[in-house]
Amino acid sequence: MSNVAIFGRKGADTNAPHGIAERGMTAAATLASGTQDGGIVIKGVSKIFDSEGRRVEALLDIDLTIGRGEFVSIVGPSGCGKSTLLRLIAGLMPTSGGAISVAGRVVDRPITDVGIVFQKPVLLEWRSVIDNLLLQPELRGLDPAAYRDRAIDLLAAVGLSGFEDAYPRQLSGGMQQRASIARALIHDPSLLLMDEPLGALDALTREQVRVDLEELWLATGKTVVFITHSIDEAVLLSDRVVIMSPRPGRIDRVIDIDIARPRGLEGRNSQVFKDAEEEITKIFLERGVLKRGRPFAAIRKP
Amino acid sequence: MTGQSAGQVSSPSSVETRAGGAAAQGGAVQQAVPPKPNALLAFLKRRKLVLMTLVVILVAWELAPRLLAIPDYLLPPPSQVFTAFLGQWQRTLAATWITTSVMLGGYLIAIVVSIPLALAIVSSRVVEDTVEPIMLVFQVIPKIAIAPLFIVWFGFGYTPKTMLVFLLAFFPITLSAVAGFRAVDPDIMDLARSTGTSTWTMFRKIKLPQALPQIFTGLKVGVALASTGAVVAEFIASDRGLGYLLLEWRGELDTPMVFAGVFVISLVGIVVYYIVEAIERFTIPWHVSQRDPVPMNA
Ligand SMILES: Nc1ncnc2c1ncn2[C@@H]1O[C@H](COP(=O)(O)OP(=O)(O)OP(=O)(O)O)[C@@H](O)[C@H]1O
Ligand SMILES: [Mg+2]
Repeated sequence: MSNVAIFGRKGADTNAPHGIAERGMTAAATLASGTQDGGIVIKGVSKIFDSEGRRVEALLDIDLTIGRGEFVSIVGPSGCGKSTLLRLIAGLMPTSGGAISVAGRVVDRPITDVGIVFQKPVLLEWRSVIDNLLLQPELRGLDPAAYRDRAIDLLAAVGLSGFEDAYPRQLSGGMQQRASIARALIHDPSLLLMDEPLGALDALTREQVRVDLEELWLATGKTVVFITHSIDEAVLLSDRVVIMSPRPGRIDRVIDIDIARPRGLEGRNSQVFKDAEEEITKIFLERGVLKRGRPFAAIRKP
Repeated sequence: MTGQSAGQVSSPSSVETRAGGAAAQGGAVQQAVPPKPNALLAFLKRRKLVLMTLVVILVAWELAPRLLAIPDYLLPPPSQVFTAFLGQWQRTLAATWITTSVMLGGYLIAIVVSIPLALAIVSSRVVEDTVEPIMLVFQVIPKIAIAPLFIVWFGFGYTPKTMLVFLLAFFPITLSAVAGFRAVDPDIMDLARSTGTSTWTMFRKIKLPQALPQIFTGLKVGVALASTGAVVAEFIASDRGLGYLLLEWRGELDTPMVFAGVFVISLVGIVVYYIVEAIERFTIPWHVSQRDPVPMNA
């Protein structure tokens, strides 16, 4: 699949530290290397929201280490603090306790070597699609003109060729979300924080972007923290799946997914995939996050 | 919008994407050239109904006083208003100039004060908690009722008049600007913060453009209030200007001139309003093209 080159840094692919071969290493090894080379270290982190008399314990005592170049998914019920954790890693708000470091630096302000995809596309409505992408280099004080070709390539890679000059309101929700994925990649950050990036995509495009995302990741060795509601997606893409429990959000389990790369969509055929998916579903059932026989039948008629 | 269907979805399939870069440029969204009819004709066509209504009203107004024997000092026909105006046009326009300068002066000061204040309110918790409640209370005060105080404080002349105009225009502009700045999605601000950019750049590239549509709404409401304020101020605290002349004409039961005065000041309001709208069109074309018309009233 040739669009790897588009996603990847120009010319740097060959000496990328995380080749396919390395992917086979155990999670423990990845974790260890993570601590050495400065991935993400989260230690005893909690987050309490206290606004207008409503106190919400969003996260409680989170410990997690994510190796550099690792692909980690976070799954958990709605409202368990996934987005909050992502924001804390990005340094967009302070923790209520504990500390986070990214690439060896304690996070005490917004980190900048990062591409963020939010749950919503949040494009600027007065800018064309390509100018929305170029907002990144513009804000970073880089010359946007130098990023134009790359922006066109990225848009092609997410299936938006021909829409460079369209405005966000002329795009469907899924197309807007794809544009926002491209925007997170244009400055080639070494860390990607993605909050349900594929949630708004149609099933077919979603499969395609999954494959592309793995290719991108294999080619560039970016660290990816990926929030999703899809167990299938988490298992298919990740080195490890972090399962969070309902509020206050804690880490319930971390599951290693040892499937050879590149997995493509065929990764689903492996036994490891089936076992992992089953295990996660079982955990959700046990915790009451998923319930059997939810009583819709018991809802009274007016 | 032009050309929104001109682009084509190419599948994200990766095989052709490299070459697709060049192809994409070729197939980029085409600017369809719309046929350009005579602009004036188009305008007349679009406003056909309202123009016809105006003509009907004018004719009815012209005829009614004659047919119903309404005396001139109650309802002079338009023709008489026009003749009266021709008799005193120099004096009227001189007064109009004074009133207009008061109106524009107060209005511009209101803009210059409101936008930074609105920004301070949305950027600082402290300012928000102190200024905003006070503003909401003051907004309810009928500003015109304070006008006599201004005479006591500032005497006659430009100052009290400008103050009143300022006070009237200040509230809608500030409050709509606050609403506009607040409408900025926190996520996009987070994205901007993750680029390490300066507060000023964030303001220039994101906050201000995002707030402009609502700021312009406030500016347009402000225009109507500013002309009201200027005239009322001259009723109360002036020995010149159109407001003053209106009182004088009324005292002489020169009703045709009162009508003429009202027309002239309305015309000034309309002109300023359309200037603001032209600036809006120029500044935020992306918004103007898709919003509903803003009613020009207050
Ligand atoms: N800014 C905030 N102020 C107050 N409470 C907040 C804030 N942000 C999040 N919360 C609360 O923290 C909890 C976790 O929110 P968060 O958005 O992280 O959940 P999530 O796991 O991302 O959910 P979802 O899957 O629905 O996106 C929720 O109970 C939410 O109400
Ligand atoms: Mg969320």
